[in-house]
Amino acid sequence: MTDKTPILELKNVVSAYGRIQALKGISLKVFEGEVVSIIGANGAGKSTTLMTICNIVKAVSGDILYKGERINSVNSDILPTMGLCQVPEGRRIFPRLTVLENLDMGAFFRRDTAGIKDDVERVFDLFPKLRERRKQLGGTLSGGEQQMLAMARALMSRPKVLLLDEPSMGLAPLLVKQIFDIVKMINEQGVTVVLVEQNANLALQAATRGYVLETGNVVMEDEAKALLANPDIRKAYLGE
Amino acid sequence: MTIHESKRLWLACGVGLVWFLLLLWPLLGIKPEGLEFASTFKVFGYVAVAAVFVMFFYQVKEAGYLDIVGTPTKQASTALGKAYDKAPTWLLLGIVLAAAIAFPLVTGRYAHDVAISVLIYVCLGLGLNIVIGLAGLLDLGYIAFYGVGAYTYAILSINYGLSFWLCLPIAAFIAAIAGCIIGYPTLRMRGDYLAIVTLGFGEIVRLILNNWMSLTNGPNGILSIPRPELFGYTFRSLSSMYYIILGLAVLTILAVYRLNYSRIGRAWEAIREDETAAELMGVNTFLLKLLAYAMGATFAGFAGAFFAARMKFVGPESFTFLESAMVLAMVILGGMGSIPGVILGVLALVALPELFREFQLYRMLVFGGAMTLMMLVRPAGIWPAKRVGRRSEEAE
Repeated sequence: MTDKTPILELKNVVSAYGRIQALKGISLKVFEGEVVSIIGANGAGKSTTLMTICNIVKAVSGDILYKGERINSVNSDILPTMGLCQVPEGRRIFPRLTVLENLDMGAFFRRDTAGIKDDVERVFDLFPKLRERRKQLGGTLSGGEQQMLAMARALMSRPKVLLLDEPSMGLAPLLVKQIFDIVKMINEQGVTVVLVEQNANLALQAATRGYVLETGNVVMEDEAKALLANPDIRKAYLGE
Repeated sequence: MTIHESKRLWLACGVGLVWFLLLLWPLLGIKPEGLEFASTFKVFGYVAVAAVFVMFFYQVKEAGYLDIVGTPTKQASTALGKAYDKAPTWLLLGIVLAAAIAFPLVTGRYAHDVAISVLIYVCLGLGLNIVIGLAGLLDLGYIAFYGVGAYTYAILSINYGLSFWLCLPIAAFIAAIAGCIIGYPTLRMRGDYLAIVTLGFGEIVRLILNNWMSLTNGPNGILSIPRPELFGYTFRSLSSMYYIILGLAVLTILAVYRLNYSRIGRAWEAIREDETAAELMGVNTFLLKLLAYAMGATFAGFAGAFFAARMKFVGPESFTFLESAMVLAMVILGGMGSIPGVILGVLALVALPELFREFQLYRMLVFGGAMTLMMLVRPAGIWPAKRVGRRSEEAE
């Protein structure tokens, strides 16, 4: 696997909010078809990593490479057209647009009406709950349904790489399991997934490889199974 | 209704009346000559009697004594509502348009005058509706673009003799540029900060109009602006001017309607809901916000040019913050993002005060009361925006 070019690569990326450094030189690689989990405590820089990839937070130094191409200065709104789409933390669906309109927004840059129609059906098959609620305003959905909507919306852009930020946040255990099953399903359909999670146990079970972040640095990277077995990780993140 | 419920109602009514008295007295009772009580209690007496009467009426209705009248009325209104839903949209719009066209034939000068200002505010309200209702950018200096449009026509027609029809697009264009100028530096701002900066911009424009003597003739304003002409016919009468602004208003309504259900409109709404999320979905928020300002300003520019031609005079005092606030109030009262809502809001704030001219002194008091009441009872406006998107409908 190491000789292939990664689909997404971060080389020594530093980013900051004002004068406070949030990422102090992060390097990570994501290969096509993988599920990569980024775990870590609050404030470790997990969400900032995703926001920096999407250029919402500007990288101060370092390179962000997508399919071998440097995307540091590519505007956030261009990235979805290249196949890089993020489901932001806290879902951030459009509360006063209907479910269907939310999905339409996911396909905003696409012009192929017929393809969009097919994709709406496809994501409805993936999330049958959303089909029932397609005329409802996004803000009236339950937390789990909103998470599903956020993921469905991102899928509407036909991403190659899906960046998922804390999909389990604030959800009941049963729903979390459902969401992770769907992540697996999405991955099996050929979408590379980068998964940021506090719920390390679930995240590593779903992942092929994992990175552990601590105060803006990568402190460990390994196969997900190895990380799950690592006693330090079990102590720090799995509560043993 | 039980005794208990009835007691609670009367208590609320009593507390409300005392509260009203406390508000009313400083307004009417404190005078330069000293304190006064008689006039306050006179007005308060009327209101109290009215309130008690309404309460009594409400109780009688709740008790079911009025069902003989109420039930048939309700049936009739639901039947009417059903007929309205069934009737094709083009028929309803046709009736409204026909009524609007026939209006000057059956009414007098005064009614024309009111109708013209209603239509001017319809253009302004719908333009502001793009900025606030769709893109969610609170603009407190919107009237500046109206001023820019008005002065553009005034200056171009007096100094260069350009015709109204040529000036109309130029005025809109220059207003749109002004929109971009205000839009550009404020693009990174949100909410309160944006409101303050736009408020400042509105004042800056007014002060420029007031002080640039050589161009705008300062506080004296520009006089004897020519009326529009078309193939040798001069639009001298008020009724002919009415048709011009009716045309402009219809154009505005059509344009806003099309924008509302377009890709751009959807993107604006996404920006209003969540800017970062919209950007992550591939919306160029920078360009679209700028476009929202420019489009909003364009319609204000049209309205402004017409305003100058109709009044034959422009002066800086027509473009104060109060005007911005009025247009904003119309949009919010009627229903943000809804075209019929904005039109109703304009009617409520422009035409109704004309009907109740005797109570002019209390106008602002009533506005304040009406706004408060609206926010409590119908926070989304008189006629809230309906959420039907064209693309969503197709996807079904």
